[in-house]
Amino acid sequence: MLILKCPYCGVACDETELDAGGEAHLTRHGPGSSDNAFEEYMFMRENPRGVHFERWRHAYGCGKWFHAARNTSTLEVFGTYSAQVIEPPKDIREAISAKVPGWRWRDFA
Amino acid sequence: MSEAVSALAGSSAHGFVDVTEAGLVGMVTIRGDYGNTEFRDKVATLLGLNVPDQRQMTTGGTDKLLWMSPDELLLVCPHGEADARVGALSAGLSGVHHLAVNVSDARAAFCVKGTASGVREALAKLSPADLRASVLPVGEVRRTRLAQVPAAIWLESEDRAMVVCFRSVAGYVFDLLTQASKPGSEPRYF
Ligand SMILES: [Zn+2]
Repeated sequence: MLILKCPYCGVACDETELDAGGEAHLTRHGPGSSDNAFEEYMFMRENPRGVHFERWRHAYGCGKWFHAARNTSTLEVFGTYSAQVIEPPKDIREAISAKVPGWRWRDFA
Repeated sequence: MSEAVSALAGSSAHGFVDVTEAGLVGMVTIRGDYGNTEFRDKVATLLGLNVPDQRQMTTGGTDKLLWMSPDELLLVCPHGEADARVGALSAGLSGVHHLAVNVSDARAAFCVKGTASGVREALAKLSPADLRASVLPVGEVRRTRLAQVPAAIWLESEDRAMVVCFRSVAGYVFDLLTQASKPGSEPRYF
């Protein structure tokens, strides 16, 4: 069972109180972009065993979207953070590095 | 003017806790930016209640103001006064980005009353929320899920909880609470 803390309410939410929103920190490529860039944006996703960044929505609560950093193989949660950022904040990256030295995810490390 | 009726007309059930549909309850959804002091000050002046801190509520006279999200408050007041509250808020907050809507008839409210442990146990059977007293003390609002539908719950006192849900699922929530409080089914966890 996955328990994520909503950064807006500060409550520990059970997975079943949340909606999963898929991979985090995607850059949108819309009209006018190249076919390759659009394909990347639309279809290509990370599927790591280990460190992963996701979007979640506190559906049975405040209704807000937020970000979560977690380990897909151990279900350890490194932290949750605001949706209003385009990359994982420093404290989250440091929390991951403390547990998984040398981790990489897309362009983040 | 038609006669207002609550979803289940005050139905009640008696198990190891008493479940009662709370009848007509006035509820007003207020949305706005808590970071805007003008919004906070005007809401406080208009309602006579301070904007509550995260997950908390403020109480005064017949009204309660509940923190529902970083930009949503729920005012609980006498049913007949909800429209007047909306009128006062809309007039007083004109020019300040906000929303105030009377949602009384879109909601149902239940009272769950019994022993302190019984109240927490009946609710904990239905919700994944951590309902220990150290996590959900009296007066703190928890929005969560009761079986398959959203609900907001809070304890008015150790032996009395309030449950608010959408009116369309009032019958479902009443049946859930009735079933969860069946005598002899206490988990005896709390
Ligand atoms: Zn939340």
